[in-house]
Amino acid sequence: MAKVPVQFTLNGSEKAEFVEGGTTLLHALRDKIGDTSPKGGCHQGTCGACSVIIDGELRLSCLTLAETCGGADIRTTSGLAEAGVLHPLQRAFLDAFATQCGFCTPGMIMAAKVLLDHTPNPSREDVVEALSGNICRCTGYEPIIQAVLTAARANSQNAA
Amino acid sequence: MELRKSYFADQRKDGLHEIGQPRPRLDSPGHVTGKTAYFADRNFPGMLHLKMVRSPHHHARIRSIDTSEAEKHPGVVKILTAKDVPHNVYTILILIQVGPEDETVLADGKVRWKGEAVVAVLAETERAAQEAAAKVKVDYEVLPAVFDMEEALKPGAPLVNEYHGQNYYLYDSGECRKVRFGDVEAGFAEADHILEQSYQSSPIEHAPTETTGCVVMPEGNDRFTCYTNTQAMFFTLDNTSIILQMPGSKLHFVGGTVGGGFGGKVDVIVEPIAILGAKLTGRPVSFIYSREEEMQISSPRAAEKVVIKDGVMNDGRIVARQVTGYTDAGAYSRHSPYGAQKGAAHYPGPYTIPNVWIDTYCVYTNRTPSSAMRGFGVTIGDFALEVQMDKLARLIGMDPLEFRFINAYRDGDTKAHRQPTEGAALIECMQEASRAANWPVAEKYMAMSSYKKGA
Ligand code: FES
Ligand code: FES
Repeated sequence: MAKVPVQFTLNGSEKAEFVEGGTTLLHALRDKIGDTSPKGGCHQGTCGACSVIIDGELRLSCLTLAETCGGADIRTTSGLAEAGVLHPLQRAFLDAFATQCGFCTPGMIMAAKVLLDHTPNPSREDVVEALSGNICRCTGYEPIIQAVLTAARANSQNAA
Repeated sequence: MELRKSYFADQRKDGLHEIGQPRPRLDSPGHVTGKTAYFADRNFPGMLHLKMVRSPHHHARIRSIDTSEAEKHPGVVKILTAKDVPHNVYTILILIQVGPEDETVLADGKVRWKGEAVVAVLAETERAAQEAAAKVKVDYEVLPAVFDMEEALKPGAPLVNEYHGQNYYLYDSGECRKVRFGDVEAGFAEADHILEQSYQSSPIEHAPTETTGCVVMPEGNDRFTCYTNTQAMFFTLDNTSIILQMPGSKLHFVGGTVGGGFGGKVDVIVEPIAILGAKLTGRPVSFIYSREEEMQISSPRAAEKVVIKDGVMNDGRIVARQVTGYTDAGAYSRHSPYGAQKGAAHYPGPYTIPNVWIDTYCVYTNRTPSSAMRGFGVTIGDFALEVQMDKLARLIGMDPLEFRFINAYRDGDTKAHRQPTEGAALIECMQEASRAANWPVAEKYMAMSSYKKGA
């Protein structure tokens, strides 16, 4: 099958790949580029484990074709910590026991990151809404909701 | 959380550093940074993808299998059928002498449930494997199927599994696990009231976020590394060793982080066939369930039916309990004979009842084989028992919590299966529950203890 060149930035660094037409961004990130932080839980847009941020918006990488990502700014959970310092969301997920098996965690953190980028002081309802596309089978969600609210508070205190 | 130190003060060790303290999970830093390695995060050059051809029928004889078109499909490297599997008929619990071997790795002559694995296709890409699998032609003669446990136990029901010869697991005690304690008929004769109720549950899927699977790498010396999300590493190692007739020293299993299991990843299903594929092709092999397979193919919690008949006195004492339990194993045993047996021991509940009669059946039907899930053999039983307890309390006009205090087991009581009760704490738990839920009970119950005086 014909291959298509695609170039984008992943967590700030340039990536160039040849992908077969129809290759999903999830597949390209995990199996070609080697960023395995987005997870494949369903490959059909229902679990949110593959969530990434493309040009500031939350996207399901299992439903995004790699060839449509030319020039995009792509962010994943593996690039969130800066110089080894955890992002407040990561810190809060740790402290709030918001991760058990961890399989949903990178996707949850992406969804939460986009929420906080757009809505720095979210209500509980905002958080629930923002995470509604991400399935967690372990935690019962409550610790995750608390973690996101805690991270939002930490962010606004830092900003103040 | 506040720990009440007055309970069991003489058994309590003080100075515990971890229990009662919030502690971060050791694996959380990996989870939140996306660095934790799950089995599917291993990707090897030249890796083949395995896809299964599955039975579209609940019960059918296989007349023939034709793989010729599939073999010609571009990208196909190897196609496996029953004859390729060294020891094709196995059962997981044979390791603890719970036989007979009753399940095929790849169907041989017959399929017994819709979704059963028949042919394995290995190809360069997932897509090629999928397309080729669709080209495998299997000629089936559809057989009558049975989906209801009581139907399956009737004479003349279609025989699900020839390795058993009848539609129930034959225990050393006969057609069911039996517990006989006291004289249940005398208990019913003496009872002020008798209540018989039947409780039923459907199969429950664990639906872990990460689907079942493994990735196998040949080490080049006839030894294989298998990265797997099994929850049962040694079951998997030993059963794979039996199925592939390979010494365990040739099998290197790497487990670790499981992306949710809940009991759904204790069967040995993906590893043997993936390792066989790697052995016969010399290439790395990945076999990962699709979400559809996870939901439809992986074992669910068994459907159960529990019929409870209790004799109860107006003063609150349960004097007789008769239980008939049915566990729907589906087409194969997996862990169900054990689950049903656990139920037999469990049905009296945490209550002291002088006359008990229990029969539990592990039944074969043409449904998806069931297996372990969080407290299997016990959880559905507990649902049935505790609903029954509430109904009994209502029947005699008693507070449901006080009713449980009256029947609670205490240290020194002999359970129906002849084990003496030790370390009981039900009474103390209920006292705490009474306080926490603000559901007061009479003072005499708050003064009770699991220790009996003089015991
Ligand atoms: S893998 Fe993309 S939503 Fe589930
Ligand atoms: S922590 Fe396991 S799925 Fe969320």
